[in-house]
Amino acid sequence: MTAQDIVYVDNNATTRVAPEVFEAMVPFLTTEYANPSSPHPFAAAPASAVVSARESVAALLGASADEIVFTSCGSESDNTAIRSALETQRGRNKVVTTVVEHPAVLTLCRFLEKHGVRVEYLPVDSRGRISLSQAREVIDEDTAIVSVMYANNEIGNLYPVNELAEIAHERGALFHTDAVQAVGKVPIDLSKTQIDFLSLSGHKLHAPKGIGALYVRRFTPYSTFLLGGHQERGRRAGTEAVANIAGLGKACELALSHIGEEQTRVRAMRDRLERGLVASCPDPLVNGDPEHRLPNTLNICFRYIEGESILLRMYQAAHICASSGSACTSGSLEPSHVLRAIGLDYRSLHGSVRFSFSRYNQESDVDAILETLPGIVRELRALSPFGRD
Amino acid sequence: MWNYTDKVMDYFLHPRNVGEIADADGVGEVGNIVCGDAMKLYVKMSPDGRTIADVKFQTFGCASAIASASALTEMLKGKTLEEARRLTNQDIADYLGELPEEKMHCSVMGSEAFDAALKDLKAKHPEWEVPVPEEVEEGAERIVCHCFSVTEGEIRKVIRENHLTTVEQVTHFTKAGGGCGGCRDDIQAILDDMNGQQARAEETTAPAPSNLTNLQRIALIQSVMDTVIRPGLKADGGDVELIDIDGNDVKVRLKGKCAGCGAALQTLKHWVEAKLREKVSGGINVIEVK
Ligand code: FES
Repeated sequence: MTAQDIVYVDNNATTRVAPEVFEAMVPFLTTEYANPSSPHPFAAAPASAVVSARESVAALLGASADEIVFTSCGSESDNTAIRSALETQRGRNKVVTTVVEHPAVLTLCRFLEKHGVRVEYLPVDSRGRISLSQAREVIDEDTAIVSVMYANNEIGNLYPVNELAEIAHERGALFHTDAVQAVGKVPIDLSKTQIDFLSLSGHKLHAPKGIGALYVRRFTPYSTFLLGGHQERGRRAGTEAVANIAGLGKACELALSHIGEEQTRVRAMRDRLERGLVASCPDPLVNGDPEHRLPNTLNICFRYIEGESILLRMYQAAHICASSGSACTSGSLEPSHVLRAIGLDYRSLHGSVRFSFSRYNQESDVDAILETLPGIVRELRALSPFGRD
Repeated sequence: MWNYTDKVMDYFLHPRNVGEIADADGVGEVGNIVCGDAMKLYVKMSPDGRTIADVKFQTFGCASAIASASALTEMLKGKTLEEARRLTNQDIADYLGELPEEKMHCSVMGSEAFDAALKDLKAKHPEWEVPVPEEVEEGAERIVCHCFSVTEGEIRKVIRENHLTTVEQVTHFTKAGGGCGGCRDDIQAILDDMNGQQARAEETTAPAPSNLTNLQRIALIQSVMDTVIRPGLKADGGDVELIDIDGNDVKVRLKGKCAGCGAALQTLKHWVEAKLREKVSGGINVIEVK
């Protein structure tokens, strides 16, 4: 089995590194190894690579280069933004977030609660939506920061972050969005919003793992999380990961030129898969908000059967790599917190599968899934003691 | 990443003996759909009631649950009840080569399903000599883990048969302790008891303050609710509202978000009560008002 045989539809977990990205990184892993902060001319190439990567990231977001701080990953960006706000918004001791955030935010919030910070978790309805009027009620004068994800990794929901940023500002709070799943998949123009902080992660958009960025709006108060050297204009210590940064810059350039394709070709593949599965599987249940959803994500439940079984059979049948919110695949004994938060009934809860596409997918990938999955669902249902008429 | 032996994969991809037996002599049903795995085992005996003539199963669960159930059916066929009764969950795991430790509960589900089928056999066929599993364990019916409905008897059985020494192992073998975690102390106490150790020193948990005035007590209960209990619940999408305090009775309204599990609200109540007893006073009762 080689990588060519893989039907990879797990792009919300991670993506393949684009060949152009790899090319852009090679010089900094081989000949151009100087430290970009060094004074000698040998540092010119790495230093200018960092400069132009910063511009590419900014361009994808509708930001200015000086608003971009390179970090090691999305989780670091999330941690930096939220901790920074608590540090700078003295006298305000509350964080408002949602129950469907990524663990990078939720685990941090639980930690902060132990240290006396109040956290309000906005609930979601059965489609995973939050209510703006509820947000208006809980965001108050004590709120230091509101942190709501741009798009959910599991069900693909897009959240009204622009409106939430305005509400936060009305109450004098800062606003952060974990946009790890959104950047590169939907157009983002931060110059038209009031968002203060935005986290992104390279490996979700065809850059390597180990690189992320944090957008910090100009004039937004900021407190450095990782202390040390003066890199990133004192906003994040640590010698620049030049190769990764160059890779992220290239990935953002590519993402900008392919952003239209995400809305058209990628969306069409996702939609065809969704229609095909709904038509061919018994009792399918598509999760999330159909009106406001990432174009690449399909989260679907098959009743009375269990997710790990489905994934393992799909892999055996056609090397299909997808993911599931079932407990058996999450490394815990509890199924996904997002699927529980939308109040999924337990006949469906354990049998969820998430397919997430990228521009590297082909229609043949959709064909492979449609050829194998309906049969697998039927076989596993025949094994199950539940769901008989 | 999946880490299954070829035999597990074979039994998962090509399960043997799937289905129902309409005129089964005994049926064992364990687990439930809320907790993520369940199994139904159908046993048909030879006419004289001595040997197992046919076995079929249905399983809802992950690959190792399906493989364990299917392997069990193969192991049972042709055995006398006496021979079959001696099979343990470890035998199922051995038959499959190996199960990842965190999946051992799948093999335990298999042996529990057979125990349940034996009881059913005995009830349906009093004329046969059915060796029902002896209930030597104390507290066999007491539910220790409300998240996954696991009894003390089940926990004691896996500890004894598999020589378990840690709470984590008990979780791998029964799932108990893998949800809210509220039962872990209880599991530890069972382990201590069975492994002949002194119950852990009382001093390790901070003694609840005594001699509080009524007002101090109410204030303390309120602050424990706000700083410990509510944040803990809210992180999981639940919440609790303090309605009234009357002597030792603390009345609360609970809101759970745990998959609509009937046991979940019970668990929540137990957890709130345990926390209040630990932090305020041992006499506290939590009463749920709807
Ligand atoms: S994990 Fe056992 S009661 Fe929750």
